[in-house]
Amino acid sequence: MSIAPPPVASATTTDQLLHFEDVAMTFPNGTTALSGVNLTVNRGEFVTVVGPSGCGKSTLLRIASGLTPATEGVTEVDTSRIGYVFQDATLLPWRDVQANVELLAELNGRPKKERQRTAAEAIELVGLSGFEKHLPKTLSGGMKMRTSLARSLTLDPELFLFDEPFGALDEITRERLNDELIKLFTEQQFAGLFITHSVSEAVYLSTKVVVMSGRPGKIVDTFEVEFPFPRDPEIRFTAEFAELCGKVSHALREGHH
Amino acid sequence: MTTTPPAPPKNRTLMRPATVKKSRRASTTWIPPVLVALGIVAIWYVVSYVVLDEKRRFLLPPPHEVFTKAFFDPTVFGDIMVALGRTAIVALVGLAIAIIIGVAWAVAMSQARWIERSTFPYAVILQCIPILALVPLIGFWFGFDYPARIIVCVMIALFPMVSNTLFGLQSVDKGQRELFQLQKASRWTVLTKLEFPAALPAIFAGMRISAGLAVVGAIVGDYFFRRGEPGLGSLISNYQSRVQSAELFAAIITASLFGVVIFILFGWLGKRVVGKWYDFSAN
Repeated sequence: MSIAPPPVASATTTDQLLHFEDVAMTFPNGTTALSGVNLTVNRGEFVTVVGPSGCGKSTLLRIASGLTPATEGVTEVDTSRIGYVFQDATLLPWRDVQANVELLAELNGRPKKERQRTAAEAIELVGLSGFEKHLPKTLSGGMKMRTSLARSLTLDPELFLFDEPFGALDEITRERLNDELIKLFTEQQFAGLFITHSVSEAVYLSTKVVVMSGRPGKIVDTFEVEFPFPRDPEIRFTAEFAELCGKVSHALREGHH
Repeated sequence: MTTTPPAPPKNRTLMRPATVKKSRRASTTWIPPVLVALGIVAIWYVVSYVVLDEKRRFLLPPPHEVFTKAFFDPTVFGDIMVALGRTAIVALVGLAIAIIIGVAWAVAMSQARWIERSTFPYAVILQCIPILALVPLIGFWFGFDYPARIIVCVMIALFPMVSNTLFGLQSVDKGQRELFQLQKASRWTVLTKLEFPAALPAIFAGMRISAGLAVVGAIVGDYFFRRGEPGLGSLISNYQSRVQSAELFAAIITASLFGVVIFILFGWLGKRVVGKWYDFSAN
């Protein structure tokens, strides 16, 4: 009698959720935002990209999502299974939290019952139960971001793209959302590609930190982050954490001629 | 022995600041315009009695005379009210048509760049041409009755609807657009679920401006045509030629009060529809 082997994550091609090969982006006006970018995000990985502002980090994400096609190179990504969290929460102000969270499922033509169920689940996951009937203007910045996260969760994405989502939030809210994001990452098992300009946020969140240089954006260094998940907030104060942050910062500075 | 502290009067502490704020707001919104009105009436009296001597007082009869001679005189008041009814019909029909054409035109322009490029200049021209000069022509073309009055009214009230709606449709946040784009939403979905709701505050702002203009438009046509059932325009024209100043002022006041009423009505309607999520006082 043979027992089916448990689904062990192995490095097969199907585990590659995003694959960039020599991707370059030159805008019609002639500026080169990205050149020669090679990047892979596998199932189970949470990759953060840090770089100076204007280095094309956001462009990288836009290419990954299919919003802007790259001008050169190979991009492999299944855009039907991605979640995209914007810099702003981009909620529709006339819809309450529930209706905002339902939006993507609605645009995908999911039946109403299913939509309501997945939205309710997502709202609970991000800790917004009880706020379903609230309009965005009554929510704090952090709650708006949670709503935005919940909205993307309803599509059950395999790969989450984050474009500096917590950049506008205060330190405490940002740290709390980082912890909740890690919790979601471990429970929901999506992969992540996260753009930020905060080195400590990058190290804290990810399995891998990718450092980009100034324009034209290139990947100058990659660091594996070995801390176990779920992450203990206290690791922020350890020597290993500080050392890794230091290395990333150095790489950033060297790339930023 | 333990004493439990009395439960805090939750409702009251929550309610009080709100009501105080509201009543203060109401007084701050009502008192200044009332003071201005009193000031205007005072200046009016000064001009009637001090600036103008008795022979020329007919140029600006004092306020109370406007009321006693016009509003309190049943024949004159009756004339004004009947005329107001006719003018109101023209203004409201004209406004409704202006809203429909304006929104439809703006939606068409927002959907196709070439429509915007080829037709928006004419919306601007429509606003700039001296419509007064065209009014007699419109009379010749369409007759001098209600249809022609309504056409004049639409021409005057249309532009704010077109420009406001277009502005509203085009000022949708880029991130929100991309959100829809990522889900490969159709143009129709983007229009109905994103652009149109987002444009509603601007559309209502346009309606308020158009509402005031519609009243002016309803009077202008009638004022020049002076045919058919007399509205406020014909009435004003008649009073002018007969130098019945008190009646003339009464008709003008009635017309402007009517304009204010529909201005307020559309402001209220806008608040009812989008006030829950959009703060009009913010801009």
